[in-house]
Amino acid sequence: MSSIHLQDVSRRYPGGVIALDRVSVEIATGERVAIVGPSGSGKTTMLTIMGTLERPSSGQVRIAGRDLAGVPDAELSALRAHRLGFVFQSFHLQERTSALKNVAGGMLYTGAARGERREAALRALERVGLSHRVGHLPSALSGGERQRVAIARAIVKRPPILLADEPTGNLDSAAGGAVIELLHRLAADGATLVLITHDAQVAASFPRRLHMRDGHIVADERA
Amino acid sequence: MSGSEVAPQGGSEVAPRAVRLPLWELLDVALEGVRARRLRAALSALGIAIGIGAMVAVLSVSASAQANLLAEIDALGTNLLTVTPGQTFTGQNAALPSTSAAAIDHMPEVESDVAVYQVPNVNVYRTRLVPAAESGAIGVDAAGESLPRVLQTSLSSGHFLGAVAQRFPEVVLGAQAASVLQITHAGEHVLVYLGDTWFSVVGVLRPALLDPGLDSDVFISLPVAERAFHLRPNPSEIYVRADVSAVNEVAKLIAPTANPQSAEAVQVGRPSDALQARAAAKGQLTSLLLGLGAVALLVGTIGIANIMVLSVLERRGEIGLRRALGATRRHIAAQFLTESALLALIGGLGGLALGAGGTLIYAQIKHEPFVLPAYALLAAPAAGFAIGTIAGLYPAIRAARLSPTEALRA
Repeated sequence: MSSIHLQDVSRRYPGGVIALDRVSVEIATGERVAIVGPSGSGKTTMLTIMGTLERPSSGQVRIAGRDLAGVPDAELSALRAHRLGFVFQSFHLQERTSALKNVAGGMLYTGAARGERREAALRALERVGLSHRVGHLPSALSGGERQRVAIARAIVKRPPILLADEPTGNLDSAAGGAVIELLHRLAADGATLVLITHDAQVAASFPRRLHMRDGHIVADERA
Repeated sequence: MSGSEVAPQGGSEVAPRAVRLPLWELLDVALEGVRARRLRAALSALGIAIGIGAMVAVLSVSASAQANLLAEIDALGTNLLTVTPGQTFTGQNAALPSTSAAAIDHMPEVESDVAVYQVPNVNVYRTRLVPAAESGAIGVDAAGESLPRVLQTSLSSGHFLGAVAQRFPEVVLGAQAASVLQITHAGEHVLVYLGDTWFSVVGVLRPALLDPGLDSDVFISLPVAERAFHLRPNPSEIYVRADVSAVNEVAKLIAPTANPQSAEAVQVGRPSDALQARAAAKGQLTSLLLGLGAVALLVGTIGIANIMVLSVLERRGEIGLRRALGATRRHIAAQFLTESALLALIGGLGGLALGAGGTLIYAQIKHEPFVLPAYALLAAPAAGFAIGTIAGLYPAIRAARLSPTEALRA
């Protein structure tokens, strides 16, 4: 069964910019995919459409078997709350809030009770190897650790799909390598992982690579 | 670290539904937002606090002043009636019959009474050298010994007209008259030139709250007035203390008793009524000040709205992240609305404390009772809450409308 399915998806922005031009791609459940390409090639637009943060101007989007055309905004939000995990280049952590609360906040909109969120957050922090940093504020953490907190926040609700936009962009190569390794390990269990990267070495670690240019997928490489 | 890492949640058959966040979750998120920007939160709450504090202070200061006046009225008694000549049936100025004072005195429910006789065309001066035209608008009255007792006033100096005054030229000054004559203390050697005789000032009255008109008069005894100025025997005003339980009945019967021939030519008044009306007016005179408080509040409201709009711009990243985590537009709007209502609620409570504190200090200085209107206890935080909701509406809608991708790129 396909996890993510785009069919002839286009995205035009006001002013005539075409960020995506009739892109079709199918990503199976449990697949790990890297999206590579120069700036402005449409990588992030494709990822946000996959993540339901943005609607296509035309074309069909199916996430987890569901056609999203005409689905109201509140239902898309619920879909994100339960099925999608995001990791961003700039970690978007709440600076005045502990790592634990940041991670627990990743489950706030699922309707889980507070105790349940806390338990899940502790487990998620353990999975990213930050059990010893639970009570720390983000400002007390290194860049790599901050991104691991953000990853824990993305996986705390155990989403079947994990989307990452240049998660190593703000990290040095050692910390970046560790984060990529962590993401591979977390996804090894059957989650779909789609990741944007500029880094050829990072891309090489993925079994499937989509090369983009000018709003098109120009190559679909599989190892 | 092995086993199920990111376990897919079963199938996708059931479409997830957006959840409603309970109020305490919203409050928790809002508190987090407030705590993350403490100085800014404190400043915007202060704007509301000053506005609400001003309103509370205006309301309670006037309530304190009103309570003070009402307490004074109670102390003076509400059973005083005044009897004055009215107009005859044909519209001419009437006079009270010379028998009226005695007739009223015989009424069973009358506890005490005193008649005052205006001495016309007689002025009083500090010395003989003062030009006649500079009379200072001081009236001369003849009055019975019981005047201070019936009016519940007292003397700031000396004593009232007594036995000696019935035979010798002695005078007691009203508070205002004393100040015009620049006399503060009574004494053997303090003289005023009244008519064409020197009178010694034996007493100075305190202000008569129940009939402030008396303050600008001076008083001499009835026998002296009759002898020296050929006083007519018609009282110009009679003050009557009635039995507290029968004031209304006495008020009705007084006119026919004073003037059986034409009761309509007698006017009966109750000074405490006028004072109570004044006390009520004192409570309402504050609308101007309330308006000023409202302006302060409006400024505070705009301040909160302004800060919330700025906050939305500044927190685009957070909004985008929350949308990515599954927050609906409604969740975002509710978060910002709660935050703004919370800020204003804190401001409202602070304003209540500020206003109450200010009134307490005012009351201590003015020696008035401290009165905080009960409704202010509820109205102040409620007003804060309402203001916060109104001020937060527009920023909340803006936050909710923000596109998540735009927010994440910020």
